[in-house]
Amino acid sequence: MSMDRRKFLKIAGISSILGFGASVASATHTIWQKGLYPPQVDKNKEALTAKRWAMVVDMSKFKTEEDVKKVVSACHQTHNVPDFRNPDDSVNRKDEIKWIWQASYERAFPGQDNKYMSEHMKEMPFFVLCNHCDNPPCVRVCPTKATFKLADGITMQDMHRCIGCRFCMAACPYGARSFNWRDPLPFIKNVNKTYPARTKGVVEKCTFCSERLSEGKIPACVEAAPQGGLLFGDMEDPNSEVRAIVSNKYTIRRKPDLGTGPAIYYLIGGGDHA
Amino acid sequence: MLEKALEGSKKYWAWVFFLSALSAIGVYYYLQQFFYGLGITGLHRDVSWGLYIGQFTFLVGVAASAVMLVIPYYLHDFKKFGKIVILGEFLAISAVTMCILFIFVDMGQPMRITNVLLHPTPGSVMFWDSVVLMGYLVINALVGWVTLGADRKGMPPPQWIKPFIYLSIPWAISIHTVTAFLYSGVPGRHFWLTAVMAARFLASAFAGGPALLIILALIVRKLTKFDPGKEPIQALGRIVSYAMFANVFLLGLEFFTAFYSGIPGHQHPFVYLYAGLDGHAELVPLMWTSSIFAVISLTMLWVPAVRRNEGTLALACSMLFISLWIDKGFGLVIGGFVPNPFEEIHPYWPTMPEAFITLGVWAIGFLVLTFLYKIAVSVRERNIGIEIDH
Repeated sequence: MSMDRRKFLKIAGISSILGFGASVASATHTIWQKGLYPPQVDKNKEALTAKRWAMVVDMSKFKTEEDVKKVVSACHQTHNVPDFRNPDDSVNRKDEIKWIWQASYERAFPGQDNKYMSEHMKEMPFFVLCNHCDNPPCVRVCPTKATFKLADGITMQDMHRCIGCRFCMAACPYGARSFNWRDPLPFIKNVNKTYPARTKGVVEKCTFCSERLSEGKIPACVEAAPQGGLLFGDMEDPNSEVRAIVSNKYTIRRKPDLGTGPAIYYLIGGGDHA
Repeated sequence: MLEKALEGSKKYWAWVFFLSALSAIGVYYYLQQFFYGLGITGLHRDVSWGLYIGQFTFLVGVAASAVMLVIPYYLHDFKKFGKIVILGEFLAISAVTMCILFIFVDMGQPMRITNVLLHPTPGSVMFWDSVVLMGYLVINALVGWVTLGADRKGMPPPQWIKPFIYLSIPWAISIHTVTAFLYSGVPGRHFWLTAVMAARFLASAFAGGPALLIILALIVRKLTKFDPGKEPIQALGRIVSYAMFANVFLLGLEFFTAFYSGIPGHQHPFVYLYAGLDGHAELVPLMWTSSIFAVISLTMLWVPAVRRNEGTLALACSMLFISLWIDKGFGLVIGGFVPNPFEEIHPYWPTMPEAFITLGVWAIGFLVLTFLYKIAVSVRERNIGIEIDH
C-alpha cells in the first residue's frame, strides 16, 4: 500500500492529537478520582472523637502572667510557630505569627466594654484563638478549599494547597489567621520534628490540635493551662463538661451577632463548676 | 496585523524602551519578593491586602468601562463612537492584563496558582472573579481583533461576532460586581459591609475609565494622523460627569449611614481615613486630596464651557482619575483593615520594592496598550476618510 506525503502527515497529525488528548484525559481522570475518593486510612482506636469540639475558657483560673505564657508557648512550640522578636525583645508586628494569644476585654469584645467596668475586668487576659466557627467565613471565601471544615467541627487547613491569596484573613472577623510573610524556619528555636513547619507564603492558624486528638491527646494549650482553665470537649455530648458549663452558667462568645457560630466560650466569674 | 506594532518612529521606540525599562525594574523587584516572600511589602497581619489588591480593584473598573462605548454604539446605534470603540476595547485588554498581574504578584505561593482551577470552589467569590476576568479578556481580545481585522479590509465585521459583542455588556458589569462582592461579602469589616459597594464600584468605573479614555484619545490625536473626533470625546465627557456624580452621591450615602446611625464600628474607618483616629492620621492628606479633586473635577465637568474646551476637559479628567485612583486603589482597601478586628490601629504604607513592582505592572499594561493602540491607529490611518458601518 502506498501512501503519499499529504496522507501520511494527516494520519500522523490526527494520531498525535488523539494521543495527546488521551493522555490529558487520563491525567484529569486521575485528579478527579483522587479528589473524589481520598485514600482511606483506618482510624486510630485511641483517637479522641466528638460530634462538635468546643472550648470553654474559665477566666477565674488564670491568676498570673506565668499561667498565660505557659499556654501560649506550649501551643507555639508544639506547632513550630516561629518567634519573631526585635533585638529589644518587643514583638515584630510585621512578621508576627500566632495561634493563641491574650487580649484585653475591650479588644476581644469590642463594643461591649463600658467606662464604669472594674479594673479587674479590663485587665483580664482573655485567650483569643481561632473560633472554629459553625459557619466559618474563611472556609466560604477560600478559592482552593485549602481551608475546610472537619466533621467534628474543627476548621482545618492544608498548607500545601494554600496559594496565599489571604482572602481568609480579610474574611475572618476574629483576626485569628497569620500569614508567613517570610521563611519561618530560621525563627523556630526548637523544631518539633513530629509536626510540619510551614513555607513562606501560606496562611496558618490554630487547628484545635487535630493531630494530637488523633493520637488520643488533648490539645497542647489545655494540657499546659492551670487545672480547669481551658476545658475542651464535645458540645453535642449532654454529659460533657463543656456542655454542663455552657448550659448552666453564663458564658459569652466573641461577635456572635455575625452569625459565624464561634465554638470558644468564655466563662467569667466561674470558679465552682469542676 | 501584529507587524504594525513592530514598525514605528524613533519616538515610538523610545517610549517602548522607557516602558520596557520600567517593567524590567519591576521584574527585578518581583524576583526579590519571589525569593524573600511578601514580607518585602509593607503588609502585615492586620493589613493583609494593600497596594496590589487596590490596583487590581481599580483596574477592574477601567476594564469594565469599555462597556460605556459598547452600549451607545452597538445598542443605541450611536455612530459617533464607531472610531473609538476599538480604543475602549483595547484599553480593557490592557487593564485586565494588569489585573491578572496584580493578583499574581499578590500571591504568597504564585507557583500554586493553578490550584484555583484544579480545585474549583464555586462558593468562593475569588474563584468567580478569576473566571469572569479570564472570560472578559478573551471576549475583548476576540471582539477587538475581529472588528479591527474587518476594518483593515474595509469590510463590516462578520455577523457571528455580534453575540460576543452583546455578551461583553453584561460580562463587563459582572466583572466589577463580582470584584465588589470580594469586599461586601465578608463579615466584620464595617467599611466594606455595604450593599451599595457594587453600585459604587460601577459608578466610579464608568467615571474613571472613560476619563482615562478621553486623555488617551487626545494623546492619540496629537501623536498620530488618526483623529477620534471631537463629538465622541464630548459624549464621553458627559458620561464621565454623570457617572462621577453618581459615585460622589453613593459615597455620601456611606457617610450618612455611618454617622447618622451612630454605630462606632461603622464610623471608625471613615474617621481614620478622613480625620485620623487615636493619633494615626497617615492617610488623611491622601483622602482629602481625593475628595478635593473629586469636587473640583465634577464642578469643571458640570460647566458646559469648561467641558467643551478640550484642554480644561483633559485637566478635569486627570484630576478625576487621580481622585478615583486614591479612593479606590488605596483608601478602599486600607479602610477595611484599619481598625483591625480588635479595634486596634496598625497603619500600612507601601515599601519601595512594592511601589516598583506596582509601577512595573503598570508599565507592562501600558506596553500592551501601546502595541494595541499602535496597531489600531495604523489600521485607522490607512483608512482615513472611509466610514465603515458596523
